[in-house]
Amino acid sequence: MAALLEIRNLDVRFDTPDGEVHAVKNATLTIQEGECLGVVGESGSGKSQLFLAAFGLLAGNGRATGQVLYRGEEILGASQKRLNTLRGSAVTMIFQDPLTSLTPHMRVGDQIIEALMLHRKMPRAEARERAREMLDYVRIPESARRLRQYPHELSGGMRQRVMIAMATITGPDLIIADEPTTALDVTVQAQILEILRALKTDKKTAIALVSHDMGVIAGLADRVQVMRHGEIVESGTADEIFYAPGNDYTRMLLAAIPKADDTPPPATKVGPPVLEVEDLKVSFPVSRGLFQKPLTLRAVDGVSFTLYQGETLGVVGESGCGKSTLARAVLQLLPKTGGKVVWLGNDLDAATRTDIRALREDLQIVFQDPLASLDPRMPIGVSIAEPLRALEPQLSRTALKEKVRAMMARVGLDPAWINRYPHELSGGQNQRVGLARAMIVGPRLLVCDEAVSALDVSIQAQIVALIGALQAETGLSLIFISHDLSVVRRLSHRVMVLYLGRVVELASSTELYAHPRHPYTRALLSAVLAPDPRAERAKKRELLTGDLPSPLDPRAQLTFLKSRLGEPGYRPKLEQVVPGHFVAEHD
Amino acid sequence: MIATGQTLKSSEEIKGRSLWVDARRRLFHNRAALASMIILGLIAALAVLAPLLSPFAYDEVNYDLIACAPGWWPVEAACTAPGHIFGTDAVGRDLFVRVLFGARVSLAVGLVATLVSLVIGVLYGAVAGYLGGRIDGLMMRIVDVLYSLPFIFFVIILMVMFDRNFILLFVAIGAVEWLTMARIVRGQTLSIKQKEFIEAARAAGVGPLGIIIRHVIPNVVGPVMVYVTLTVPGVILMESFLSFLGLGIQEPLTSWGVLISDGADQMETAPWMLLFPALFMAVTLFCFNFIGDGMRDALDPKDR
Repeated sequence: MAALLEIRNLDVRFDTPDGEVHAVKNATLTIQEGECLGVVGESGSGKSQLFLAAFGLLAGNGRATGQVLYRGEEILGASQKRLNTLRGSAVTMIFQDPLTSLTPHMRVGDQIIEALMLHRKMPRAEARERAREMLDYVRIPESARRLRQYPHELSGGMRQRVMIAMATITGPDLIIADEPTTALDVTVQAQILEILRALKTDKKTAIALVSHDMGVIAGLADRVQVMRHGEIVESGTADEIFYAPGNDYTRMLLAAIPKADDTPPPATKVGPPVLEVEDLKVSFPVSRGLFQKPLTLRAVDGVSFTLYQGETLGVVGESGCGKSTLARAVLQLLPKTGGKVVWLGNDLDAATRTDIRALREDLQIVFQDPLASLDPRMPIGVSIAEPLRALEPQLSRTALKEKVRAMMARVGLDPAWINRYPHELSGGQNQRVGLARAMIVGPRLLVCDEAVSALDVSIQAQIVALIGALQAETGLSLIFISHDLSVVRRLSHRVMVLYLGRVVELASSTELYAHPRHPYTRALLSAVLAPDPRAERAKKRELLTGDLPSPLDPRAQLTFLKSRLGEPGYRPKLEQVVPGHFVAEHD
Repeated sequence: MIATGQTLKSSEEIKGRSLWVDARRRLFHNRAALASMIILGLIAALAVLAPLLSPFAYDEVNYDLIACAPGWWPVEAACTAPGHIFGTDAVGRDLFVRVLFGARVSLAVGLVATLVSLVIGVLYGAVAGYLGGRIDGLMMRIVDVLYSLPFIFFVIILMVMFDRNFILLFVAIGAVEWLTMARIVRGQTLSIKQKEFIEAARAAGVGPLGIIIRHVIPNVVGPVMVYVTLTVPGVILMESFLSFLGLGIQEPLTSWGVLISDGADQMETAPWMLLFPALFMAVTLFCFNFIGDGMRDALDPKDR
């Protein structure tokens, strides 16, 4: 019997103004009925283009050669009509960004039934009923109501579930899931993977899972192919790849993943407190149209902590928990609504604008998106020099340049690149530029706002190591913000877990990872995917159901303290359970 | 910003490939834009060199050769003037020289008025957009009020109050064109303001003025340049329109608009009087539009 999908010697090339790009080189793979093939690789490895090319979805300047057999039928270069039938019903796709892959002006229900009415010629009423069942299947609550909503009314996780419902409703043999969970929070990611796993077991649907995340692949894939620079460098069963990798690159990828048993840095020579934050509050007005009073969004709702010299505080939470807002309020980039920020004993409320300017020498930040945080029209040397120019205008041109070159060398950039532009550099190199810009004024506190989240794992490990080395050298304090618990663990002495603008748990990293107390922390930890297929298959998950409640809902704060729901406005209090370990009240 | 980049340069350093260099390369690979730039350069050179190219002066009247066809004119005409390659006008002046002098005025009005609108509009829009809030609201409402003034009335009032004069034309057109520029720049600034690199600059301690000059303006230059190349032909047209109504340039100076207006009166008896200025103007407008299109493609951030 022929394999479900067989790709032989597939080559994909793109004509670009800078010459030909060979995106996929001689790729060969097969997917059997009902199996999950994981395709893993770092950005630019051609893993997405491989499947786009196989189903005739290449961009206009791309060409594919080779053979693609679907149940023995050649589909590479097949007619548009044949491909359309195939794509809508037998082979479906799920993409990374669920917002851009849904049409914004169509109701969710209409989009789901479109394929059914088109390919199965099903009457509308029946199709709607099927769609409702499908939404139930992907665990969307109140499915009948959801069908009448528009995509923007749903959360990211909800939208991705709608995408899965759309992809499954025609009963395909193969679903191509291209980074299906990359844009989602970890707890939501765990839920989505659970649904994909159910699809595989109940409906015997084959899944081609494309991801950069070894953890995602480990949880789901039966067989794995590793791609690098457009070539498949290794393929085998999941167990072979994860437990006995034959290829150096695969080994490197696996080694770069933060492990659960990574030891956090020892809490050495922690100095006097440098930063004290007391009951910090930041809220934004949310406009509800012209004639209604704006609502108040409490992004940070009473956070207190102390940071010591040379210490790293990890701040963990999902999107919307206020971790970035907290950082910006501490750095005086956003006005706070209440509370106190004390830097080296000085209350920053009393600081004038000039004081705050001067303060920037001490407080610096590295941003998430390395490319977006650099001015595209400035050479990187000028970007790195910018804080110095602003804060120490007396420096001469040559002195400035010397400092920039020294800093570039320190963060592992060739000083000869001083006149290069951000678009000529890779993500990891640009993040080094961002780090150099922050470090050049010799700050005493560095905030890393998701500073490694946009990077490939191997690069991530390098940047984390660099940040650690800079800290050891200069004794600066770090606030390391991330949604990724395993990355935070590598660097942090203490970890603070945020939920909807409030601290739910704060403890030393050894304590927190070993004995998480709050149910939310536990759910976060259990959602972390280990690159260990056997453990992932055996793992019993503490899944949160549904999405993060809206922070505008006054009752959202009591999600974990249902017994107090009768008292509106009640905020769970932090209690010290063991010395240094604080946990918010919960049921 | 770019200037500092150059001062940091030394011999062993790798020269970066800036977005401008990329855009210029793409622009020069666009054939329509390249041809347009060459043609426009030729027209400009002709306009500048006009007095040297013809034995006649632009205001030299010759009552013996009134509305005469050029010597090579294929259709039989009442009179021909073999020395005048574009023929003569209703008072016997050489049309070739007058078309080129018209080009001087039209191109000058186009460029100067656009430049005026560029400077005012970019600064005004960038400041309004970057500061935001109430100041933005106030500044943009002023723009709205100015927008609602009927342009022709405005020009007529100016002409009546200050007498007809060349400078006034620049002022009048510039005063209207900068409004659109300010709106465009403000919109662009609002979106750039959200970018992380602006926040990074704030975190680095750069003040608002520094951010506007170093980060906002260089990043709005792309769309602004596209708009500029599309404004120049608009301004040239506007000048012709005013001249057509008799509100523009004073005799004996001329512009394409005046020439076309005069030519339109004599269209049946002396079609060359309409044809040549109209041809020059049409070609110029085409060129500007092609260059504008080419720039838009070259600067498209999608290709980055």
